[in-house]
Amino acid sequence: MTLVNDAALHRYRTMRRIRSFEERVGEMFLKGETAGSMLHLSIGEEAVVGLTDHMTDGDTFTTHHRGHGVFLARGADPMRMLAEIGGRDVGYCRGKGGSMHIADRGLGHLGANAIVGGGIPHIVGAGITARNTGSGAISVAFFGDGAMGQGILYEAMNMAALWKLPVVFCCVNNQYGMGTRVDRAAGKQDFPARADAFGLRAARADGADVEAVQETARAIVDGARDGQPGFLEIDAYRFHGHARMDKSPYRTPEEEATGRKRDPLATARTALDDDATLDTIDADANAEMDRAMAGAIAATAPASATMFEDVYDPTTAAPQPQRARLAAVLGERP
Amino acid sequence: MTEVAYRDALRLALSDAMAADEAVVLIGEEVGLYGGAYGVTKGLLDRFGANRVIDTPISEPGIVGAAIGAAMTGLRPVAEIMYVDFVGMVMDQLANQAAKSRYMFGGQIGVPMVLRTQGGTGRSAAAQHSQSLEAWIMHTPGLRLAMPGTVSDAYHLLRDALRQPDPVVFIEHKSLYTMKGEIGDSPDAPWGSPAIRRAGQDLTIATYSRMLHETLKAADALAADVSVEVVDLRCLNPMDDSVLMDSVRRTGRCLIVTEAVTTASVSSEIAARVTEQCFDWLEEPPLRLGGEDIPIPVSPALERASIPDAVLIEEVARWLVTREAPTWAA
Repeated sequence: MTLVNDAALHRYRTMRRIRSFEERVGEMFLKGETAGSMLHLSIGEEAVVGLTDHMTDGDTFTTHHRGHGVFLARGADPMRMLAEIGGRDVGYCRGKGGSMHIADRGLGHLGANAIVGGGIPHIVGAGITARNTGSGAISVAFFGDGAMGQGILYEAMNMAALWKLPVVFCCVNNQYGMGTRVDRAAGKQDFPARADAFGLRAARADGADVEAVQETARAIVDGARDGQPGFLEIDAYRFHGHARMDKSPYRTPEEEATGRKRDPLATARTALDDDATLDTIDADANAEMDRAMAGAIAATAPASATMFEDVYDPTTAAPQPQRARLAAVLGERP
Repeated sequence: MTEVAYRDALRLALSDAMAADEAVVLIGEEVGLYGGAYGVTKGLLDRFGANRVIDTPISEPGIVGAAIGAAMTGLRPVAEIMYVDFVGMVMDQLANQAAKSRYMFGGQIGVPMVLRTQGGTGRSAAAQHSQSLEAWIMHTPGLRLAMPGTVSDAYHLLRDALRQPDPVVFIEHKSLYTMKGEIGDSPDAPWGSPAIRRAGQDLTIATYSRMLHETLKAADALAADVSVEVVDLRCLNPMDDSVLMDSVRRTGRCLIVTEAVTTASVSSEIAARVTEQCFDWLEEPPLRLGGEDIPIPVSPALERASIPDAVLIEEVARWLVTREAPTWAA
């Protein structure tokens, strides 16, 4: 096996783990073990691995609400992710954030965001930190085509270009902002052209082919490390509805069937000549995610008193619980 | 000790903090070359360089968003929004991002940043450059809020704000920038605690920012008839309200004076707390005196008439304590 194939196999494994993970998220929901139904699956968008492959320890990133795959690719523990998605105490955010606000400072995840575009400008600040401290780190914002309509993206891209910051804007275009197809949201769909107009190094890659993404992303990431901020559009298809409850009545079965043929896992399998190890990788990923799901389901809910923690730094006073205030007011009355 | 202007005290706080800690950076519109719209940051670009005094495009949400990301990754940014009225532009970054990151992420990622801005009337700057929007900030758990009314607080509260591990919104008053005063060797009160600016027995007036000075003038004018205790709230969140409640329990009366409108306001909050905590000590219900419930008009005559001044504070305080109605109430 050549080194190139080893790397490609690794990318396949990561994508397979993402898909298996997202399938377990769906299962956990059906079992009633998730915290709510605001679960946005990234199935069909696994080729983000082509970009995360170029990231390293110390790099930081923010994601949109459909960011499970990115976080897994950056080294997340799937049990702790699923525990967070289930609102459990051992989750990454102690059961306070959930699917849409998962984060881990140690792995460089500065936070998933449920405001479309909300986390994008944070990479500009991370880029200023990297510049001022000489850390050599890059910061990447992952977002969807929906964020292409948000003004904050353009403010952030302008600042990044103006200050030559080590950052990358990655638009995972899955063709839909909730139920609105991208051609109903953008007068002109050439997103790299928009980034280019700001002075970013911009490119589009086929999200059905992780090797193509990986190749295109290399120049973008290398440029960012040299102070040339970049923009990468990964052209993908959202296999399922917007959130777990959405059956996508706004698109036709024919469109979905065609879209789901743009499957980065299937493309990778073919490219790897259906190597026998792929079946082992699949089985391992499924077993890993089954264990993760079982562990998450077995985990306990956070103690209710923890709701007052983490509003402010623990060295400062926590908010007063309402019962304490009422007891102080009514307890003093004659 | 020499007197300095409020804006000089602010600049000194920034430069002292920047000299002490390389992580402190300024980011905002016109903070560098121009020196700040009101001259607060003049000279800091020359002293600390463009990597630490960062002039930005006119992109308020981007400024606050960048500051958040810098704070998350180890810097201690001071973002500047030129007028508090522009806070509507940045409310997502402020209220959904800065305020909630620590909590949403389970305590892992704090946002130790200061958002400097200024508000209030006095320059005929009209409806979009004159508001007092502190209630918008105070309504959001996760945000800290300080509003200096004195030169010494301009220095010490800003230094204190820069030591906080969580985001602080720091609202200056545009009509106080040229006010002169001394910077004390230490803060007049601990961070989060009000300061009693004048002692009295008959009435507690709670106020902050520029209205502190109108209130002190009114207290002087009332001195022969009514003994007023003036409590400067300084930090609206966190607020150790025990200083205020102790005062109200002694005087039995509380008037809250603000430049902001009274509906769903800081003054509403203080009135509610006083009612809950001091009911059995009160001679009168707590009373609010604030800006009229209207946008700020541009005409100097209308602008002045839309917010309280020392005369109105004096009239209302006298009415509350002595039952002597002002002429306009006849």
